[in-house]
Amino acid sequence: MKGEQATGTGNVTRKRFVDWLLGTSAGGFVAAVFYPVVRYIIPPEVPESAVSSVTLAFTADDVPANTGRIFKFGTRPGLLLKTPGGELRAFSARCTHLDCTVQYREDLNHIWCACHNGHFDLAGRNIAGPPPTPLERFDVNVRGSQIVVSLRG
Amino acid sequence: MSGARVAWTVTVAALALVPAAAGAQTLPTSEDCRDCHLGLPDVRLSAPARSYEGDVHAAAGFGCLACHGTGGADRLDPAAGFLSAPLRGEIPGMCGRCHSDAAFMRQFDPGLRVDQVAEYWTSGHGERLRDFDDPGVATCTDCHVAHAIRPPDDPASSVYAANIVATCGRCHADPQHMAGRDIDTDQVGAYRSSVHGGLLFDDGDLSAPVCNDCHGNHGAAPPGVASVRNVCGQCHSVMADYFDQSGHAEIFNASDLAGCALCHGHHAVQPASDETLGERSVDVCLTCHTPPDTLGLEFERMQAVLDTLEMARQASLRVLEEAENMGMEVSQALFELGDVNNIQTRAHSAIHSFRVDPVREQVTAGLEITTRAEERGLEALGEHRFRRVGLGLSSVVIVLLIIGLLLRIRDLERAEEA
Amino acid sequence: MATASPPDVPAADAPAPVGRGGRISAFVGWLDDRIGFTAIMPLMRKKEVPVHRHSFWYYIGGMALFLFVLQIATGILLLFYYRPSAEGAFESIQFLMAEVEFGWLIRSIHSWGANLMIFMAFVHMISVMLLKAYRAPREITWMTGVGLLFVSMGLGFTGYLLPWNELAFFATRVGTEIPGVLPVVGPFIRDLLRGGEDISGATLTRFYALHVSVLPALAFMLVALHVLLVQRHGMSVPPGIEAEGGPRRSIKFFPHFLLRDLVGWLAALAILAAAAAFFPAHLGVKADPFASAPAGIQPEWYFMFMFQTLRYLPPEILGIEGELVGIAAFGVAGLVLLVVPFLDRPEAPDAKPSKLWSYLTYAALAYILLLTYLGYTFDPTT
Repeated sequence: MKGEQATGTGNVTRKRFVDWLLGTSAGGFVAAVFYPVVRYIIPPEVPESAVSSVTLAFTADDVPANTGRIFKFGTRPGLLLKTPGGELRAFSARCTHLDCTVQYREDLNHIWCACHNGHFDLAGRNIAGPPPTPLERFDVNVRGSQIVVSLRG
Repeated sequence: MSGARVAWTVTVAALALVPAAAGAQTLPTSEDCRDCHLGLPDVRLSAPARSYEGDVHAAAGFGCLACHGTGGADRLDPAAGFLSAPLRGEIPGMCGRCHSDAAFMRQFDPGLRVDQVAEYWTSGHGERLRDFDDPGVATCTDCHVAHAIRPPDDPASSVYAANIVATCGRCHADPQHMAGRDIDTDQVGAYRSSVHGGLLFDDGDLSAPVCNDCHGNHGAAPPGVASVRNVCGQCHSVMADYFDQSGHAEIFNASDLAGCALCHGHHAVQPASDETLGERSVDVCLTCHTPPDTLGLEFERMQAVLDTLEMARQASLRVLEEAENMGMEVSQALFELGDVNNIQTRAHSAIHSFRVDPVREQVTAGLEITTRAEERGLEALGEHRFRRVGLGLSSVVIVLLIIGLLLRIRDLERAEEA
Repeated sequence: MATASPPDVPAADAPAPVGRGGRISAFVGWLDDRIGFTAIMPLMRKKEVPVHRHSFWYYIGGMALFLFVLQIATGILLLFYYRPSAEGAFESIQFLMAEVEFGWLIRSIHSWGANLMIFMAFVHMISVMLLKAYRAPREITWMTGVGLLFVSMGLGFTGYLLPWNELAFFATRVGTEIPGVLPVVGPFIRDLLRGGEDISGATLTRFYALHVSVLPALAFMLVALHVLLVQRHGMSVPPGIEAEGGPRRSIKFFPHFLLRDLVGWLAALAILAAAAAFFPAHLGVKADPFASAPAGIQPEWYFMFMFQTLRYLPPEILGIEGELVGIAAFGVAGLVLLVVPFLDRPEAPDAKPSKLWSYLTYAALAYILLLTYLGYTFDPTT
């Protein structure tokens, strides 16, 4: 090699050092690029972003008639209930009075807010107490055994 | 009968009819009342005629004579029933002529109640009027402003939800007017400073209780001591249920202590605050729960338990906000932490059982949430640190690579020069 | 016939252990017999880059190219998680930033990289202007370059809307409103851009199509043409250096110039990674078409000078709507920019280069800087 011929063994060591430095740092660089990209592509534990539609963790059979359950709809609380007649309905669980979380009252057969005794019927309409407007209603679809709740329309 | 006699009888009979006919043509109508009164210089006489156009009775087709007149030929004859300016004691009866007649009211507003006058006589106002003929007491026209009556859902009405406080306060907040009667005059001021007043006047929340929600409308009277729990419990039903379970209802009634109002006051109800929880027990509970009975300090135990939850919530919030300020995405964790507000509401309701265990139950559930939130926050902070460390390491690698390249470039050029 | 031609590195760079190198060079030879890529080796070895006091500017174009490739790479990765609908876009970005491993890194590099790329494109164009590298025979190179600048700004504008956040929604509404003042075709163009009368999910889908296929395809074709022409014509030598008798020396493009390029590219990558770590891409609040516009809507920095100019124009100029005059002026300026090589032609081959266009460039640069500054310090409430 030119360098060897020109000035002897000192430059060979230096060349080997630079080769080693280049090789190792290039390898490190490639790893520093590939590691994040590979981790990025591997799907995270929660595979989907919570959008306008949420698949519930429990099935339609897990919900007895005349009961209700709170679920997470993106960043809001939702209430899923099964009417005494067996129909699944879902509403925003945020009370329209002062934002408390409502619940389903099996003894009253309708939705109730514990904070100031507000009552909503099975269609979400405000029927007694302070709440000024009905609860926001969601669409419920059952696909196989899965319940999918989505925004109306 | 001779012909002359017949002619004379007919003439006299005809002449006798003339005054009657003349009288029938000149009977006054409600329009006549209005036209005349509008032109009168005394404002006390002209104002009613001006304002009556907006009155709900005018819209229903009732004129002045419907209330003030008798409908007969002697319309303006007091002896025949003409009420020019009725006496205070006559007013409920005057209004009740129609408003207590179900068949009559059905023709105009079938949903309207017809027991207002009956209720009125049971009220504090009605009793004083009937028993003492108190000239300063409220009658129908004092609250429902005479000649400008509007239905309660009309925002211009004196009995619209937002205007009721002013209507009642016209008398009840006037010390001169209330002088000699054994009633305070601070209710309006106290109410305005209360949480209910704040909701009504500051937030425009018409569902907030006003005077008639607790005292009744036409049967207005202070609720009895034993009824305070029921009145507050119309909205605050969860607290009322806990209160029932506490067993204190009968004890309070027996001692003539007004349940909720004992701790919360009646007109100046303040929002619940944890800081005063322990102090309150000193005032109230220790009066009966004297040592060796330790239950009087139950509120202090409750306060300690509630404090742990609030401090945990604030600590978790601080961690999450710190992570958020660093640019980390923690909106889901913040949302889940918001659930603690619901739990704190439930815990405050449980206070009314006057035992610490139900409160502790709620607080334990809340602490699970705060712990999880704090974990998420610390995770985010750790991730942030990891990013800095990762960046440092990557930068070192890149710098080494750059140095290697620069050395290689120098070597190449040196080799070519040689 | 396997000629066992040397691997495509100059002799001084032989890989370390001989055994491994032997196997690698045999494999490369096998590939070359079938694909024949080593045929361009002599061509690449020939290319030289002049060295003189202005040769620093030669690196900027390559930097823009590197950043473009980086944008493609990070953009493709973002496609794995992005959802192009009004219902899903914001949440998918939120998810990407919070839940996906290194999602913040990919997105932030893409966001900062876009800004750096457009900045480099501007710097590259200004240096070419001042060093007059657009002179014949490089007119087409210049025009593809100007086209690339416009395409980059279009990529920036369409990409800005994709997270579907509040700021982007309103900035896009204002931005697409501007072509609407053109006579006759204005409203049509505006509706064409928006996919409807107002900004909606349809706008998002449309901008997505533009941002991930139409504009990148256009850019790719322009880049290919631009780079091929640069290879064909070689690096332009500024008139000042030519007057002194030409550059004193030159270095080989391959590997010398390329290695130096690589140093710059790695430095840029390190800077972008630091920006991603210390200033991750902003997301804000989801767009709500029914909410009122927030205070402080402003376009990205590369549009700011135009936006601020429009703000200063009076409502009417000589009977024509002020905004229209402004847009027409910028349109004319863009056209002039495109044909500069034809406007700045020397009368004779050895005539001194005209200083006019340099002065115009300095003036335009000063104007752009001043108005960008004013745009950021502008108080809309006064």
